[in-house]
Amino acid sequence: MARMLEVRWHGRGGQGAKTAALLFAEAAAAAGKRVQAFPEYGPERMGAPVTSYNRVSDEEITLHSGVTSPDFVVVLDATLIDTGKVTEGIPEDGVIVINTPQSPEEMRQQLGLGEDSKVKVFTVDADTISKETIGRVIPNTPMLGALIKATGVLDLEDLLEDTKRKLEQKFRNRPEIIQGNLEAIRRAYQEVK
Amino acid sequence: MGNSALANEAVKSVALTGNEAVATAMRQIHPDVVAAYPITPQTEIVQIFSTFVADGLVQTEFVPVESEHSAMSATVGASAAGARAMTATSANGLALMWEVLYIAAGLRLPIVMPVVNRALSAPINIHCDHSDTMGARDSGWIQLYSENAQEAYDNLIQAVRIAEHPEVNLPVMVMMDGFIISHGMENVFLLSDEEVRKFVGERKPHYTLLDAENPITVGPLDLQDFYFEHRRQQAEAMFNADKVVQEVADEFAKLSGRQYEFFEAYKLDDAEMAIVVIGSTAGTAKYVVNELRAKGVKAGLLKMRMFRPFPAARLREALADIPAVAVMDRADSLAACGGPLFGDLRAALYSASKRPLMNNYIYGLGGRDVTLDHIRTVYQDLEEMLRTGEVKREINYLGVRE
Repeated sequence: MARMLEVRWHGRGGQGAKTAALLFAEAAAAAGKRVQAFPEYGPERMGAPVTSYNRVSDEEITLHSGVTSPDFVVVLDATLIDTGKVTEGIPEDGVIVINTPQSPEEMRQQLGLGEDSKVKVFTVDADTISKETIGRVIPNTPMLGALIKATGVLDLEDLLEDTKRKLEQKFRNRPEIIQGNLEAIRRAYQEVK
Repeated sequence: MGNSALANEAVKSVALTGNEAVATAMRQIHPDVVAAYPITPQTEIVQIFSTFVADGLVQTEFVPVESEHSAMSATVGASAAGARAMTATSANGLALMWEVLYIAAGLRLPIVMPVVNRALSAPINIHCDHSDTMGARDSGWIQLYSENAQEAYDNLIQAVRIAEHPEVNLPVMVMMDGFIISHGMENVFLLSDEEVRKFVGERKPHYTLLDAENPITVGPLDLQDFYFEHRRQQAEAMFNADKVVQEVADEFAKLSGRQYEFFEAYKLDDAEMAIVVIGSTAGTAKYVVNELRAKGVKAGLLKMRMFRPFPAARLREALADIPAVAVMDRADSLAACGGPLFGDLRAALYSASKRPLMNNYIYGLGGRDVTLDHIRTVYQDLEEMLRTGEVKREINYLGVRE
């Protein structure tokens, strides 16, 4: 990785945008990367739009300003596209990964990306995946799988191993939740298009 | 560099938030007593530490008090009794401790307190600036500021040794920027529990309330005949702290491989212009220094670590020869003559035979994001100062609508 990567997560309060950024940072750190993860704290409440951020690099990261032009944008809730914030500051060769059953082409239209735009759009149905694997709609962990596929910044097995370690601390007595989350990551990694 | 330092280089970092790193340092320091009250953005420190207590990972007496005034009072009592006592706070919590801050220092109690910097009300704001601890700068506490989670962790461990040094015996507050560092996750290299335990050692108080063989009085009436002498001793302890802070830093470097100074001089040696700054913004500014250096501009930076005692002579030596210096304050003294760092720094440079052109930027109040462009603007202003030999505007407000 030649340069620092910046990621912005868009979600709604309760969808786990903050947790996803933290899990991503932890997994990248475990793989030897320099990382940052930070949420944008405002008057959050269930359902309100929230953002969180990552920086990942091979070198030490000293920047402590906000992320304004993220290389990667992850959208946990496609209805947030209407806010116009999803494409804000994204560079010409930026990448957007969206949780939706719709196709990347349909999403490009919704995002207002013209045919000449070099921005790449990936989609994955993380709601359905999480419902089928974890038992409820919680799209953050599957979107992690989709993000690492799109970025290539982390190895799938590294992510699975670290996520397992983290979830084991929290859900010691509920192995089905751990297995469900790992399966969700794996499926999203395979199904993202 | 000792063997343990080499071993540490091989240790992989862990990703922790600033609050997690500080709570971990507290667990490793293993104080006898922690009395605390939660306040955003410090809350997680108390929450995580109380989990360590509940899980039996520390044998600390944890006192969940009903206010910050009580938190500091209980900490004072415990420390006077001979315990290693800690608390933690932010913003209005620190303000509520005010009366007892001076008592802790006046009683010469080596209390260590992490403070997560947050703006003071009103208007209510939970985000970072340094107005809380800058207000406490004359309370008799030693103040160490941190750029990131690693420094907060390292400073806290060193603070125990500084505070308890027999020539110091003063309380120490260790700062990190609210949310930006406290809630931001970064790589942190941790020492082992054993290494920290050995480094901080046991507290060996000269006098304690619980020593029935040698009874003492703590905090009695002290009028015209002796109060002044006691204050003079307190001042002497601050002079002594200077030496001890560096001794402890050098010993810590042998253990960790990370060398701390009173301040960090970043590309300052041949600098023609420099920013002086405290906290997380220093990291952002270093990025701009590197940008400018790549273009051949002789830019540098000085990041304050120790603000109290104020390392005036060393700052004079580091800055007097630099033609243009911008001082950045994340707090406004509201004195209509610049921020607290600006004031102290100008005083320190007064006796230098050669003095830089200096101006002041109040920035980032209430957590306002400090961008690369903001920092670039400051260096552009410094370039203009160099070119014209004049300070166009002494006190500037950076990144504000006005």
